[in-house]
Amino acid sequence: MNVVTPPEKLTPKDFATDQEVRWCPGCGDYAILKAMQRTLPEIGVSKENIVFVSGIGCAARFPYYMDTYGFHTIHGRAPAFATGIKLANPDLDVWVVTGDGDALSIGGNHLLHVLRRNVNLQILLFNNEIYGLTKGQYSPTSRAGTRSPSTPYGSIENPVSATALALGAGARFVARSVDTMQAHLPEVFKRAHEHNGASFVEIFQNCIVYNDGVFGEFTARDVADDSQVILEHGKPLIFGKEKNLGLRVKPDLFEMEVVTIGKDGISEKDILVHDETNRGLADMLARMEPPSLPVAIGVIFCHPTPSYEDGVKGHMNEAKKHGDGKDINALLRRGHTWTITD
Amino acid sequence: MPRQETLNEESPHSQGRQELGSAVVRFAGDSGDGIQFIGSQFTQSTAMSGNDLATFPDFPAEIRAPAGTTFGVSAFQINFGADVIKTSGDDCDMIVALNPAALKVELPELKKGGFIIADTATFTERNLHKAHFDSNPLEDGTLDAYQVIEFDISKLTMEAVKDFGLNKKGALRCKNMWALGFVYWIYNRDRQPTIDWLKEKFANKADVAGANIAALNAGHALGETAEMPHDILGFSIGKANIQPGEYRTVTGAEALTWGLVTGAKLVDLKLTFCSYPITPASSILHYLSNLMEYDVVTFQAEDEIAAICSAIGASYAGTLGVTSSSGPGIALKGEAMGLAINTELPLVIINSQRAGPSTGMPTKTEQSDLFQAVFGRNADSPLVVLATRSPSDCFDVAIEAVRLATRYMTPVIVLTDGYISNAAEPWLIPDVEDYEQTPVKFRTKPEGFKPFLRDEVTLARPWAIPGTPGLEHRIGGLEKDSETGHISYDAENHQRMTNVRAAKINGIANDLPAQKVEDGAEEGQLAVVGWGSTYGPINRAVSTLREEGLDVSHIHLRHIWPLPKNLGQLLGGFKKILVPEMNNGQLVTLLRSQYLVNAQGLNKVSGQPFKIAEIETAIRERLEK
Repeated sequence: MNVVTPPEKLTPKDFATDQEVRWCPGCGDYAILKAMQRTLPEIGVSKENIVFVSGIGCAARFPYYMDTYGFHTIHGRAPAFATGIKLANPDLDVWVVTGDGDALSIGGNHLLHVLRRNVNLQILLFNNEIYGLTKGQYSPTSRAGTRSPSTPYGSIENPVSATALALGAGARFVARSVDTMQAHLPEVFKRAHEHNGASFVEIFQNCIVYNDGVFGEFTARDVADDSQVILEHGKPLIFGKEKNLGLRVKPDLFEMEVVTIGKDGISEKDILVHDETNRGLADMLARMEPPSLPVAIGVIFCHPTPSYEDGVKGHMNEAKKHGDGKDINALLRRGHTWTITD
Repeated sequence: MPRQETLNEESPHSQGRQELGSAVVRFAGDSGDGIQFIGSQFTQSTAMSGNDLATFPDFPAEIRAPAGTTFGVSAFQINFGADVIKTSGDDCDMIVALNPAALKVELPELKKGGFIIADTATFTERNLHKAHFDSNPLEDGTLDAYQVIEFDISKLTMEAVKDFGLNKKGALRCKNMWALGFVYWIYNRDRQPTIDWLKEKFANKADVAGANIAALNAGHALGETAEMPHDILGFSIGKANIQPGEYRTVTGAEALTWGLVTGAKLVDLKLTFCSYPITPASSILHYLSNLMEYDVVTFQAEDEIAAICSAIGASYAGTLGVTSSSGPGIALKGEAMGLAINTELPLVIINSQRAGPSTGMPTKTEQSDLFQAVFGRNADSPLVVLATRSPSDCFDVAIEAVRLATRYMTPVIVLTDGYISNAAEPWLIPDVEDYEQTPVKFRTKPEGFKPFLRDEVTLARPWAIPGTPGLEHRIGGLEKDSETGHISYDAENHQRMTNVRAAKINGIANDLPAQKVEDGAEEGQLAVVGWGSTYGPINRAVSTLREEGLDVSHIHLRHIWPLPKNLGQLLGGFKKILVPEMNNGQLVTLLRSQYLVNAQGLNKVSGQPFKIAEIETAIRERLEK
């Protein structure tokens, strides 16, 4: 019997490159990078089988700092490149790193289709609600009224919800986290990686230069507990400093409401239990916003189906029944031929 | 099959058949009449009878335009003969018009004295009005200069198929087969290949197969038995002197498809074909989608940009990425081509050109994307451009594109066009064993690996694919250090990288065969220089005029960028240069800028291929000046 030496366990350091990281000091991207470098050794995929693919923007520099394979492509198109990589080699572990402008504005179409096709890869959308690299213009996730160099009177447009859009596109894994949640992020990354199919993770990321504190109303230390609900499959949707707030559907309306356990006869059994596989619940969780409702953090929806690559593999096996594809001369002579003699 | 036993009998008229050297026949009718179908059947039968041939399918953009309208006319032209055929023919000897609109549209294509076969049942007041005839041309003398053969084809078809239980609409759909049967009789073609084909196609619909075969036989039988107007006894055309071997008919789209599959096998790669539907390029996607057993994965992307980006991703991961489109779609791919150039990844981009700008005329042919291919990207962004000259040439050009893309780690654009994609010709099927194998060697050795350290001869960088231990590296669209590939904003480095990207592509000229002269001397009074689908008419015009003693030569380019090394010298040997192109003067501008030669254009942008006569006239004018 062959003795297989177990591969040496890698450390976060093994995933760092010698390249100087060029994000602004204090940028939320540093924290996400650190979380990823800590997660990958735990996932245990060999470095050579990992590919980070990005488009354009601050987030898109991410691959340069990961000592794996990396492809920094063009604006908005990372999902298309990643799809091609998976078509060519489905065994690779592909992570797409993108931002709110990259994924939801110029690349909106590709995000829609990579999710609906269910290509087996992970998409991390760093949402900072602003165009950072081009110096601070409002983005498709900026709230109406955002003042920026291109909207001195405040932006007119309504923002898109990345998570609701992903669910609308038919994504089978949708999760959320926050750049500063260093214990939570790796767990979400691991869950995204485990999922067979397209995994979508929105990470609220603070842009310290152009949009500092934009998520403060639910991420600041003093308010976070009361304005976030951390989702756990099979557990009641309870949150709050005192762990006494809960979510339920209003008895007379198809709408979520916050109730206090121990008040007005409400007990824990009245609180909704999180079910990752429930589409209807996922849609409601994705839409929750302060101040009336907490922001849902964690795995909002996870309901796997066969991936796009599974389908391609099935077709390939079917086709190989017609022949082994080695004899090109036979291919050229398929159908009607005739012979001219001297 | 009541008439099958008589198939090989001599027709009572066969003794009187008039011998022709060649003939040009144009089938025309409504776009729902099955014109393309009978055209391809006539092509098959003609090829098997030993004639050389060339075809030109000419159909509208509308899938089913309103019946009876002039813009809904679909046509199929075939030129066949006992001699070598290079084009689909100039003027027609016969037009088969299945309705008045077809007659209206196609009459200008008919020679004076040529034949018109018309279905009288369709010449109703309503149809005449839709075709913009004030009165019935079959009766008012409009056609006096031609030989009209008119039948109530609709009625004859209904009678022929009455035993098969089809409704009226179904029965009338066999009309095209009746007309085909009659034209088979006129030109003494064998019906059997079509009968076999119908039996196979409608294997599960015996009534439909039977009715179509009955209509075909009835059309043929009428020719054999009835008294023909103008004392027509039919024609026969001798066998062409064709090189012995196994043949098939092939369209450009088919040959290109098989060339890509063969090319990928020769370099030992799997093929990933990523495309978005667009006329006239979609048939390549359809054909390749049926070849998965040949290690082909096809991907219908969400748009043109995603199509090229996924193809680049596929190349990055170690298969041959190929994308395909037509002019407007190619325009959308421009930015991604720049990335493939910058990251130096192999990629094949096929452009089935069509008339433009913008949406233009999607089903009409043009060769006006040469500038777009050679120059149409931001910054200094050189790549390789090849052009196909005929349907069968697509096979070799596709193989050449794959070879250059992988050997030099570069995108390669293949310019073909709508005419070549759809046109068919007989093809002496090659033996793939005769082609050189040049298997790709991926970089595997970590020692000394630098992503942009180049091969000294080809200047290509190593192809290091994800999954290879020890070669983890990052690439992207930012300018990179000339060896390590790390991001670099260094001024001298950018100059060096720009230079080397150009030098790599220019150096490919050393790997190309010397430019040959297709026909004529290597120096003289006039060189006619062409590229792409103008090959046929130029070649035929030059050959005819050389027989007359004119000093003219034909040079036809496959390699548009880089140009062959000896081309400048070759052109220098001619006093005058004429460049016929289906655009407003693109290759001619390129040649003038590259070689400072006095090249003159002959330009046509009507959506129709050049006629031989047009090129002959231009040659005579240039020689007389």
